[in-house]
Amino acid sequence: MELESAFHPASTPDYLPPVRMRELQLDRLRAVVRRAYGNVPLFRERLDARGLGPEDIRSLGDLRRLPFTTKADLRDTYPFGLFASPIEEVVRLHASSGTTGKPIVVAYTAQDLEVWTSVMVRALAACGLTHGDIVQNAYGYGLFTGGLGAHYGVESLGATVIPVSGGNTDRQIMVMKDFRVTAICCTPSYFIHLLERAGELGVNVRELPLRVGIFGAEPWTESMRRHIEIEGGIQAFDIYGLSEIIGPGVAVECSYHSGLHIFEDHFYPEIVDPETGGVLPDGEEGELVLTTLSKQAMPMIRYRTRDITSLAPEPCPCGRTVRRIGRIGRRSDDMMIVRGINVFPSQIEAALLAVEGTLPHYQIILTRQKGLDAIEVQVEITPELFSDKVGAMESLHGRLSYALEQTLGLRVDVTLAAARSIRRSEGKAQRVIDRRNLGEGRHENPSTVALPRK
Amino acid sequence: MKIHQLSLFLENRPGQMAPPCKLLAGAGINIRTLTLADTERFGILRMIVSDWQRSRSLLEDAGYLVNVTEVVAVEVADSPGGLGELLEVFEDTEINIEYMYAFTFGPLGRAALIFRFDQPDAAIDRLRAAGLNVLEDVEVYHRIAV
Repeated sequence: MELESAFHPASTPDYLPPVRMRELQLDRLRAVVRRAYGNVPLFRERLDARGLGPEDIRSLGDLRRLPFTTKADLRDTYPFGLFASPIEEVVRLHASSGTTGKPIVVAYTAQDLEVWTSVMVRALAACGLTHGDIVQNAYGYGLFTGGLGAHYGVESLGATVIPVSGGNTDRQIMVMKDFRVTAICCTPSYFIHLLERAGELGVNVRELPLRVGIFGAEPWTESMRRHIEIEGGIQAFDIYGLSEIIGPGVAVECSYHSGLHIFEDHFYPEIVDPETGGVLPDGEEGELVLTTLSKQAMPMIRYRTRDITSLAPEPCPCGRTVRRIGRIGRRSDDMMIVRGINVFPSQIEAALLAVEGTLPHYQIILTRQKGLDAIEVQVEITPELFSDKVGAMESLHGRLSYALEQTLGLRVDVTLAAARSIRRSEGKAQRVIDRRNLGEGRHENPSTVALPRK
Repeated sequence: MKIHQLSLFLENRPGQMAPPCKLLAGAGINIRTLTLADTERFGILRMIVSDWQRSRSLLEDAGYLVNVTEVVAVEVADSPGGLGELLEVFEDTEINIEYMYAFTFGPLGRAALIFRFDQPDAAIDRLRAAGLNVLEDVEVYHRIAV
């Protein structure tokens, strides 16, 4: 297969013998723990409380003695509390949505950006890209890490980047066709939307030079991949990353599409039991915990990603020796990813509470319409909220919509629901009904989807 | 003076209106008049019923959210100009009509107008001063109903 022949010198670490990789990881782990202990008060306090110091890291196995870092830690130390570099050395900030409306801020030194670019180059090379490829980067440019992360990776690879950013679907299709684009980076749901719009405009994407799609920032399924590959006439790759660790480029599929190779010389993976936090052996499914081995500005030690996967240590037919993680299908917390944006039910509660001072019963319904995620929030009317005047109810609807959209950064369809119309479940309320894998059934396999219980 | 109107919140989809009406009918309660305010997203069913306290408990027990509003019922002649003359009462005042609806009754060609005022007491004073018949609850249900 021609894609397998693509090799880039930056990819060398992908092929390190495992023994060499472990030595490199241990050296870097010791250095990053020293750095975090010396510069991040929260981390130092937690180690001191356990009677541990950086010198206690003598093997990779000692990593499990260190405390976890969570998204709550980023929120509690907002905005700069976990930085391990003085601001004079920080050359870039990004931010992603957090649980309470405040974003989570991440920082990069010049060296961090070099690392980020290098792992993106390795990711793009694994997807078979090389110089001569024309890459349409339809990830959003801005605070979101997706746009700029992919951008510098493509440039450094020596391919041509088109920084078209997200949105404006008709222009995306024009660019794809007229600029003879060979690869595209975006969310898988947006690509499905592009395919449908192209069809409406009479553009057959299969006949265009486009041959590779690199899709990430939201979970997707094998049936979506089949649909995308058949309808788009391309090979579709899954890329994984998160802002807290670096952005896109933490792990990526190779042309064998059998799990995502994790660039473990920079991001050390562990799989833990989400309940007990105990480390699980390779092959077992649990929560992915990542430690940044080379980050300067914001080292993350044992960061709880909340993504559920497993680690495959077996060699890959592609020849890469770095381990693979399984495709992320679910999470251990209640975070939803809608159009690439992180959404927590707690954000929705906070917004509803802010509007009228009481928390009505509510339900979140996620659907996929024309390939795009849509979020509907059904809010049950309470005696305090109900008025006999239409104007008052319309105004309530407007206030709820505004508060939710401001908090989430997404268009939200608010539905006012009759009292007691949203089903109460025993025990934990079923706040989220995700119908995204059921909608538009022709490219989905309903048998793989858990239906909400009646 | 003021009469009690019940309002129900209805979702804007088929089959929402019949159940509360049947519920009241089953309990022998007569709906004197009703109006449905509808929007693209929801509806508000407003009703004047023969026993508002019992109706409210019945509806609430059945899970409906019931809003009780005091509205003003005024008797006018069911002939051209009846409403126009009445509205003159509120010219040059700050009294605002939030909404209104009407129904006719009896063999003598009378009509009743139901008003939701922002200042109901001031409105009633004006109406009375103009010699108009502001109906009591009991009149709306019994006298008119015969």
